[in-house]
Amino acid sequence: MSTALGQPSAVAIGFFLAFIAVTLGITWWAARRTHTTSHFYAAGRTITGFQNGLALAGDYMSAASFLGIAGLVSLSGFDGLIYSTGWLVGWPVVLFLIAEPLRNLGKYTFADVVAYRMRPRPVRICAAIGTLTTVVFYLIAQMVGAGNLIRLMFGLPYEAAVLVVGVVMLAYVLFGGMIATTWVQIVKAVLLLSGALILTVLVLARFGFNPVALFSAAADRYGAAVLTPGQLVSNPWDAVSLGLALMFGTAGLPHILMRFYTVPDARAARASVFYATGFIGFFYLLTFILGFGAMVLVGQDAIRAVDRGGNMAAPLLAEVLGGTAFLGFIAAVAFATILAVVAGLTLSGAAALSHDLWVNVVRHGDASEREQFRVARLATVVLGAIAIVLGVTFKGQNVAFMVGLAFAVAASANFPALFLSMFWRRFSTAGAVASMTTGTVSAVLLIYLSPTLQIDVLHHTSALFPLRNPGVITLPLAFLTGAVASIWPDSVSEARFAEVERRALLGVVGE
Amino acid sequence: MTDSAIRQLAARRWRVALWLTAAMLAVYFGFILLIAFAKPLMGSPVAGKLTLGILLGVLVIVSAWLLTWIYVRWANRTYDAAVRALSGPPA
Repeated sequence: MSTALGQPSAVAIGFFLAFIAVTLGITWWAARRTHTTSHFYAAGRTITGFQNGLALAGDYMSAASFLGIAGLVSLSGFDGLIYSTGWLVGWPVVLFLIAEPLRNLGKYTFADVVAYRMRPRPVRICAAIGTLTTVVFYLIAQMVGAGNLIRLMFGLPYEAAVLVVGVVMLAYVLFGGMIATTWVQIVKAVLLLSGALILTVLVLARFGFNPVALFSAAADRYGAAVLTPGQLVSNPWDAVSLGLALMFGTAGLPHILMRFYTVPDARAARASVFYATGFIGFFYLLTFILGFGAMVLVGQDAIRAVDRGGNMAAPLLAEVLGGTAFLGFIAAVAFATILAVVAGLTLSGAAALSHDLWVNVVRHGDASEREQFRVARLATVVLGAIAIVLGVTFKGQNVAFMVGLAFAVAASANFPALFLSMFWRRFSTAGAVASMTTGTVSAVLLIYLSPTLQIDVLHHTSALFPLRNPGVITLPLAFLTGAVASIWPDSVSEARFAEVERRALLGVVGE
Repeated sequence: MTDSAIRQLAARRWRVALWLTAAMLAVYFGFILLIAFAKPLMGSPVAGKLTLGILLGVLVIVSAWLLTWIYVRWANRTYDAAVRALSGPPA
């Protein structure tokens, strides 16, 4: 088939400019309401549970899940669905274990919670390293993805695309802080969900609104194998390891955790994960239909001809079903998706730099409101610049593994210490430091030694470590070192645990 | 409000939370292990050419919804009432 993809279409550019105009308008509105550090990091804690549910979905559903999973399903059928389900199952864990106590115990970052009962400086330093490691790997994946996608869809040069994403995102965060970031994420979530829903309805309309007919058509054309598990899970340890990283990594992603501080109380935090799980699960269900729809209606050869990884399956499907205009709309939605995710990442990285490292480590928590606000914005500029430089540096590199790495670090460095600090009376400063350090170092080291990097990226013939994702080793290891290092009693941490329990339940008046 | 009452309620919330987490783990890793060790079963058709594997994939997502709904219902009814009883005189 011939496609308008890659040629700058007037409709795509029109939708894209409209999105930029609306979101910059939101930023202008948000900037006038952003007067304090609490506005900048936490939207003044005025976001409702429902709004935060949408914003969490907008923060989490990346272009990788929209374009990547639809593409994977369209090319490999059933195996792609393993990802659709894996990306969702971390959300109930966030609800059960993290959201409410986190909201009640912290202020802006998850390090607030871990440091609450410990000696704050060593804990803050380790938590900031865990946060920045997660954020940087995630950012690289998003920026490189952004450059490639925009080049494929609009025909814009890679560097220009990275620069546009970096500058627009920086405008949202720098001027509008969390208020602008939240509303950009809400707008994006609504656009993405409605775009995917319209596409799904158009696909199902071709099959008499009977999903079974769609699956049967896929099997008729490409064989029954597309509806059965294939080679992806040939080593169950690999699948279990990736599953653990996805499940507990979600509960350690700094940009997700930070969103719980934008709601007024723990009840609203609870409601927001409930809505987010609903929206995200609904979205992944749609990717089942979109993937198989593209397989049947676009065809695997046509999808591969445009992009070997299959990333253009959903846009091509939109073109087949709704013509160039609908393609333009979906392309603009994919672009909006990237912007909303990088804005959330940048804000959480900036909070680690300014709130954790500068205010609480360098200044011992003793910095004026004016100084905090200025440092927060300075850190945002630094991170925005880093994002652009990284995006350009990694041009043409295979960075798909970096999202997996970000999840592995989040699951091993951030989640165990956060959970233990709220759950375990005897957890000590030494335990928290040991757990976070071990988690970060072991996750990064084992990914470096894994086939993902040694074979796929560096093209060596073998790898020292057999698993593609280290979660099954590094997550238990972080728990274990945290427990062992807590053998030395920490009377301060233990004494303050009663306060942690009280505050986790009852919250704090006025926060 | 006493420390022991707070401690008891905290322990109760963690118990519910950990059981529900275990349920989610069991559902998802059950699905993964079926994919790894029971490929023919997962490929058997249940309706038309729709396979058991795809149906179970949908059910994993539905069970995530169900578990969050169970937790929210428990928290809204039982847990919030217990917190209110702890935090102040009955209204």
